[in-house]
Amino acid sequence: MIRLEKRPQPSRAFSWAAPLLAVLATFFFGGLLFAALGKDPVQSILTIFWQPLFGEFSFFYRPQLLIKGAPLVLIAIGLSLGFRAGIWNIGAEGQYIMGALFGAGFGLAFYPADSALIFPGMVLAGAFGGWIWAMIPAILKVRFGTNEILVSLMLVYVAEQFLASMSLGLMKNPEGFGFPGSRNLQQYPSAHNAELIAGSGMHWGVVAAMIAVIFAYVLLTRHRLGFAVRVTGEAPRAAKFSGVNPGRLVLFCLGTSGMLAGLAGLFEVSGPAGQVTIDFNTGYGFTAIIVAFLGRLHPIGIVLAGLLMALTYIGGDIAQSQLGLPAAAIQVFQGMLLFFLLAFDLFTNYRLRTGRTEAA
Amino acid sequence: MKLTTLLASAAVALGLGAAAYADGHEKTKVGFVYVGPIGDGGWTYEHDKGRLAVEEAHGDKVETVYVENVAEGPDAERVMTQMALDGADLIFTTSFGYMDATINVAQKFPDVKFEHATGYKRADNVSTYSARFYEGRAIQGHIAGKMTKTNTIGYIASFPIPEVIRGINSAYIHASRVNPDVEFKIIWVYTWFDPAKEADAAKALIEQGADVVLQHTDSTAPQAAAQEAGNVITFGQASDMGQYAPFPRVSSIIDDWAPYYIARTAAVMDGTWESTDTWDGIGAGMVGIGEISDAVPADVKEEALALKAALADGSYHAFTGPLNKQDGSPFLAEGETADDGTLAGMNFYVEGITGEIPN
Repeated sequence: MIRLEKRPQPSRAFSWAAPLLAVLATFFFGGLLFAALGKDPVQSILTIFWQPLFGEFSFFYRPQLLIKGAPLVLIAIGLSLGFRAGIWNIGAEGQYIMGALFGAGFGLAFYPADSALIFPGMVLAGAFGGWIWAMIPAILKVRFGTNEILVSLMLVYVAEQFLASMSLGLMKNPEGFGFPGSRNLQQYPSAHNAELIAGSGMHWGVVAAMIAVIFAYVLLTRHRLGFAVRVTGEAPRAAKFSGVNPGRLVLFCLGTSGMLAGLAGLFEVSGPAGQVTIDFNTGYGFTAIIVAFLGRLHPIGIVLAGLLMALTYIGGDIAQSQLGLPAAAIQVFQGMLLFFLLAFDLFTNYRLRTGRTEAA
Repeated sequence: MKLTTLLASAAVALGLGAAAYADGHEKTKVGFVYVGPIGDGGWTYEHDKGRLAVEEAHGDKVETVYVENVAEGPDAERVMTQMALDGADLIFTTSFGYMDATINVAQKFPDVKFEHATGYKRADNVSTYSARFYEGRAIQGHIAGKMTKTNTIGYIASFPIPEVIRGINSAYIHASRVNPDVEFKIIWVYTWFDPAKEADAAKALIEQGADVVLQHTDSTAPQAAAQEAGNVITFGQASDMGQYAPFPRVSSIIDDWAPYYIARTAAVMDGTWESTDTWDGIGAGMVGIGEISDAVPADVKEEALALKAALADGSYHAFTGPLNKQDGSPFLAEGETADDGTLAGMNFYVEGITGEIPN
């Protein structure tokens, strides 16, 4: 008989080995899936993981990893602070949209003026947009005890309506022949979040993500506020005794994650995406939740997880076009990775015991 | 080395590839970028049928690749670049939202030809193409006006863009011409494909008394809702949706991209490809009218087919005056027809439609 037994101490070895085992298991079962679809499994997996990093055109794909990974990391870092303290911001997607709208709106309001102050202003506006959108569930929670999961999630749909309304109305490109969508900020130099070094994929959003990672790392390991975050998540009662103000912590965690999500939206709309359009949001805010947990809520882990997710997206698209793998198969493959990670994670805290249970 | 240099050298390599093809050694590679899944049963499904038709028509002289579910924005740009790097000679980008991405990538790969569906930005190596779906709407409007008993026609609209507004106007003009008492109820769902939202909209329209539901969205959910209601007729959209024939689906507008895709691929093969703006309708076969089922009375069917023939040979234009705008100001004088520029940017309802275009 096989049963699970709680380890007296979480296994350090397993917490490091779990991601590796998960990747190996995903290779194996993903390979089986691809083989069942009539594709060469080894070639399929090489296409997804090898080609973007070391293939013939890796000079193009490596910068793309940064472009795809930066918003994921930036949002996930903010979310991880709250998640550690048991404060669940599920609405980063909405904060991402509002950040983009506030930031782009600020820039478009000055079109076609030329000033070095416009872009910094957009950054502040973007951060403010995300922050204020997250303050709604935060204040409702502190003041009236509402559930921040529901409120933040519902506000995503409100933000999507704002986005549609802005693309079709106020921010619509007056030279766009009546089609929805704003002016392209890539063609407005003062508002363009351009690559800092051409062809490197490095834009201000990547820089902001790096700063956020360092900031979160220092906060969690060195700062009293980081201690408050950790202790609230791990031992709420102890947190109370040590003088943590739960209301303030809610405001801080939701506010920070909203602000970072807003920044991610601003950097995306002014850089890689360029435009406010109805379909501007592509689910970064939700994927970042996965990234945060995949990186075990640790700043460095989140960077690795964000890059890994970006890699599966980019490699997945290559596999679709080169090998004719259906998009659904790629999604199943990504799902397997998360599933196995969570499954192996169990063994950090538990171990398998075989044999009979001892008679009492 | 800088990316631009690398891309340029890659482009040169592609140029060599094309030269190799001229000797008959290499296949022409055609890429397709899809916004939805190929199994959506509507928009993307029909584009993919066009891709398969290209393979069938050109056999082993051609190789096609596709990526489905590509989000508009940087993802689309990456997928197009990737196809160009992998040696595509011709790339069809099949969603309006891919417009700026297509132009950006086309600049980096001057030797690769691009075809963008439903957009208005062109370049030396970027063509645009679209279909005059409003011609099909005219036929739907005619049948709907004749068949409605409650004089209430429901319309599930996606986004308030010229393409959709044109369809509403065309359907209304032809419905009210055969039935002056007809009234349009329009619900905006802000999606091209969302079965749940489309079903809700269809049910709401039916509850408000609509016994005809027209849709400018791509799922079959409205068809299912109409079938459940029992006495409501519908029309297939983008795809034939023949599984709901003969009732509630009595006809359909079918996007038929195959002839265009085959011709453009051939043009790349023989070196005659040029940047153009194509806007074809029933006549050129880009807009197909699905079989009108027996649920439609024989005389109505006959009139509808006559209308189709007149639209196809150009003897009749779907926007022919006298027509006023919604606010009563004159739009077209007696016998005057709308020019393509007006149609392309249409942002007003014609007289008789109630309600406002949201913005």
